[in-house]
Amino acid sequence: MEPIIRVNNLTHTYSVGTPFERSAVDGLCMDVLPGEFLGIIGHTGSGKSTLIQHLNGLLKPTAGQILLDGRDIWENPKEIRKVRFQVGLVFQYPEYQLFEETVYKDIAFGPGNMGLSREEIDRRVRQAAAFVGLSEDMLEKSPFELSGGQKRRVAIAGVIAMEPKVLILDEPTAGLDPAGREKILSQLRAYHREKGTTILLVSHSMEEIAQNADRIVVLKGGKCLMSGTPREVFARAEELEEVGLDIPQVTKVALALRRRGLDIDGAVYTVEELKNALLRLKGGASHA
Amino acid sequence: MLKDITLGQFFPGNTLVHRLDPRTKLACVALYIVALFTAKSFLAYGVIAVVLLLSIRTSRVGWKALTRGLKPILIILVFTAAMNLFFNEGTPIADVWLLRRITWEGLERAVMMVLRIVMLIMGTFLVTYTTSPIRLTDGLEALLNPLKKLHLPVHELAMMMSIALRFIPTLIEETDKIMSAQKARGADFESGGIFQRARALVPILVPLFISAFRRADELATAMECRCYHGGEGRTKLHVLRYEKRDYAVMAGFALLVVAMIVMRRLGL
Repeated sequence: MEPIIRVNNLTHTYSVGTPFERSAVDGLCMDVLPGEFLGIIGHTGSGKSTLIQHLNGLLKPTAGQILLDGRDIWENPKEIRKVRFQVGLVFQYPEYQLFEETVYKDIAFGPGNMGLSREEIDRRVRQAAAFVGLSEDMLEKSPFELSGGQKRRVAIAGVIAMEPKVLILDEPTAGLDPAGREKILSQLRAYHREKGTTILLVSHSMEEIAQNADRIVVLKGGKCLMSGTPREVFARAEELEEVGLDIPQVTKVALALRRRGLDIDGAVYTVEELKNALLRLKGGASHA
Repeated sequence: MLKDITLGQFFPGNTLVHRLDPRTKLACVALYIVALFTAKSFLAYGVIAVVLLLSIRTSRVGWKALTRGLKPILIILVFTAAMNLFFNEGTPIADVWLLRRITWEGLERAVMMVLRIVMLIMGTFLVTYTTSPIRLTDGLEALLNPLKKLHLPVHELAMMMSIALRFIPTLIEETDKIMSAQKARGADFESGGIFQRARALVPILVPLFISAFRRADELATAMECRCYHGGEGRTKLHVLRYEKRDYAVMAGFALLVVAMIVMRRLGL
């Protein structure tokens, strides 16, 4: 399959020519396939945020390229805004970007910048609001009256309303309580299922990534350390722990059971899988 | 583009310039400015330039950082140079077209004015680059202390200054972040007429103000939680003390001023 985004040898150096000069991303290569739910994980300072700001042209690579549908996004710098409509980026703590008088107007900011007709904007705003679970009566409220979790969903709706081909979210659940987290994640899953949009989820919670992503890219020191299905990645649990990343708790339990002599797959990563594996083991034992 | 704002930036280091007492540095920069404005000839400027270059060398602050500080005042520099070139009486350079308006005297003055501004900016930037904002305000507070007798709220002013300096980088970072977030939603800050551009700033300013007020609130609470009640009876963690090197450097700069006055008298 042709990748929708290809990152080719990307390097980005901050503060060139000062004592603070450092490379946040250093010769990174990766592909994003159309329609996939890709998890990007890495420790603080691994270059996650810098990487995703390149994908929609907010940062310009010091070296290397970003190809969107096979074309360098910087081929024509004047067209960079079009790239941003195709690759939607939700920043960390996006609720701080809200500024309009009403939730409706704020969500309409992105589609409005695209120069769409009023009817089209209206359709998109209502649809995006519905996707993130905002009721109709909330649309006329001021975004500043809402709770933290609601504000965040308004901000996410503001990007979804542009109907990008690729949706990137930088730690969308940071600072939310477990219920708020699960709400946003399940809405994202539903959005992915219904729209088939390519989604990139950046996180440092392995649990979150494991439960949602089809494929995982692990970053370390601005480079791609490993990539593959959750199963393939979690099978390398020791390496992950070495770079200071946690493996899902379920995988930890499975590994511990394995060490005590149970014949269990060490790469299970959901509760469901572990349950099945244990049941299988129990069934097998009772047969013997 | 906001990264170009260098005000209040500090490059840590451990050179002689970094280790000097902040009061010394402030006093020296004052003396340096006096010297700069006393200088009247290229020879005098040369002497000051040598002092400046020596200071830059010992501080190990990069040239790039210093010249970057000049970028925002480029327009002022060009304007000053042009004004002096064209509007000074004297002997014209040549008798053709525009050159008739440019005089030798004007050229000399233009070069001097530009030199003066560049050296002024570089000297003052060198101080802020090599002094952490906390030490800088500590120094200022100590220097202004005598004004307390006139009921000037010196401590409060210093505290306000250090908070302001402390938050400049934070606010710049915040502005950058909000700008990026709005750009990701297709905001366009670079095209359109002046009104369109002004309106394009609303999506930045509203969130920025809200977060600035939130930060101010949080900071006030945090300070109150630690029983802050102004400067009365407050002691310092780092007590400022003059060392031998401070006296030596200050004497050096005083000498520079004296030399400038003497050179001016002698018409050198």
